[in-house]
Amino acid sequence: MLIKKPADLLYSEVTPKSLYFNRRQLLAGVPAAFLAGSELLSPTRRALANTKLNAAKSPFSTTEKVTPEDAVTHYNNYYEFGTGKEEPAELTKRYKIPAQWIVSVEGDVAKPRKYSVDDLMKLAPLEERIYRHRCVERWSIVVPWIGFSLSNLLKQVEPTSDAKFVAFETLYDSKQMLSPREAGIPLPYVEGLRLDEAMHPLALLCFGMYGETLPMQDGAPVRMVLPWKYGFKSIKSIVKIKLVKSQPPATWNEYAANEYGFYSNVNPNRDHPRWSQKKENRLGEFGLRNTLMFNGYNEVASLYNGMDLLRYY
Amino acid sequence: MTRKQRRWSKVLVFLLGLAPLFWLGWRAYNGRLTANPLEFVTHYTGDWTLRLIIISLTITPLRKSLNLPDLIHYRRMVGLFAFFYGCLHFVTYVWFVNFFDLPTMLEDVAKRRYITVGFAGFVLLIPLAVTSTAGWIRRLGGKRWQRLHRLVYVTAVCGVVHYFWLVKSDIRLPVFYGLLVTIVLGWRLVFRRRTTARPSTPLSVRKSAEPVVQ
Repeated sequence: MLIKKPADLLYSEVTPKSLYFNRRQLLAGVPAAFLAGSELLSPTRRALANTKLNAAKSPFSTTEKVTPEDAVTHYNNYYEFGTGKEEPAELTKRYKIPAQWIVSVEGDVAKPRKYSVDDLMKLAPLEERIYRHRCVERWSIVVPWIGFSLSNLLKQVEPTSDAKFVAFETLYDSKQMLSPREAGIPLPYVEGLRLDEAMHPLALLCFGMYGETLPMQDGAPVRMVLPWKYGFKSIKSIVKIKLVKSQPPATWNEYAANEYGFYSNVNPNRDHPRWSQKKENRLGEFGLRNTLMFNGYNEVASLYNGMDLLRYY
Repeated sequence: MTRKQRRWSKVLVFLLGLAPLFWLGWRAYNGRLTANPLEFVTHYTGDWTLRLIIISLTITPLRKSLNLPDLIHYRRMVGLFAFFYGCLHFVTYVWFVNFFDLPTMLEDVAKRRYITVGFAGFVLLIPLAVTSTAGWIRRLGGKRWQRLHRLVYVTAVCGVVHYFWLVKSDIRLPVFYGLLVTIVLGWRLVFRRRTTARPSTPLSVRKSAEPVVQ
């Protein structure tokens, strides 16, 4: 009888770091073991527990100095968990993530599919990509993200010829998150890209950072990272990816179209109405740097040939 | 209140006024200025400027409605502390936000309305700080001094508008401060209507006296 060799170690079978480090405590008390046991039941919850991820190096990485992890994980814009920069790190501690996180990929595609995070992560080999990340608020960071090009997923679902844009949606749980009124923006958070932008190899479907799975405040379990656009375009905690015919709504653009354009490419020549975008403060530095067109990612320039980027900001 | 009590209570209020600065220093010493210290210090000093302006404007309503005349002795100090934090806020803008880049700052003041209105509010505080001494009260005369110092009402409104225009979407705090300013200025409007009928008490300007203004 042929004994089937088990598949490679599943991501969901990796012991979360927090459990690993607490293994003595697990033995010490039955109640603690009981609590941890309930955590073991849910792959998504486990995915969030700072699990180590192995990723190959990427030629897209910058050699610039990486921003300390502690700064990146305690300085977040995630309005569902508070509008202050340090609130998301605090409020996500109490957050109960759905036991089974599903990302629905749908719309104008030949093969729509609902993916678990485990399934998604197996679509392509993970890469570590050290990207510059420029916020529309004039600060920037350098982060070692882990993931692979979104194109890997889009190719699998086979967009039809009607598909021109990609719409993304973040999970929204009104019981555990701020109301749209408190956050001041419509929720759930939505974002969009033109299909050719989404297919660009730099567009990263991201599962981790700093060698581990994403912390909740940084968009666990899966987010986008678009290094040539202002940070708010890189939507967090994705539950839906829909291919559509016409330009989909984007949260900040809906909120104030004159301040936040649909494209929102990093552009030092187009000021935000309330502040200049010519310079930026790299967190950890005392001083300003010049902001670069497309945040220095000139390989995306051809996507916008012939477009007036002051008009389509 | 005896002279001695007043002196000691003023020392206490002085130390209270410095408390936010010490707290900031303590946080800096412990490395707790968030991942973006430049922004944190800018917002912190701005917050305290606005809070102290509102506190200084609360003194008269409290003094009159609770019949606590002694509160007047602390008003000048609170106002000067508001100016002090306003200066710190201005310095952080010039230094930490723009690193002395003059063209950018001039463009900001001209083009960005939240900077324009914030800068205007700050500039209006300068003559008030200068004329806060007993000598200046005497030189200007109580009535004119009072009229000049009503500029702080404009600064309070500028401060709230500055904050309101600055936030991205969560307007809860600026609205809260706006409400407080509305209350303390609204109180003056109501109270003035009720008192103008009565003859005003003559104002004697002694060396240590501060005019009784609403």
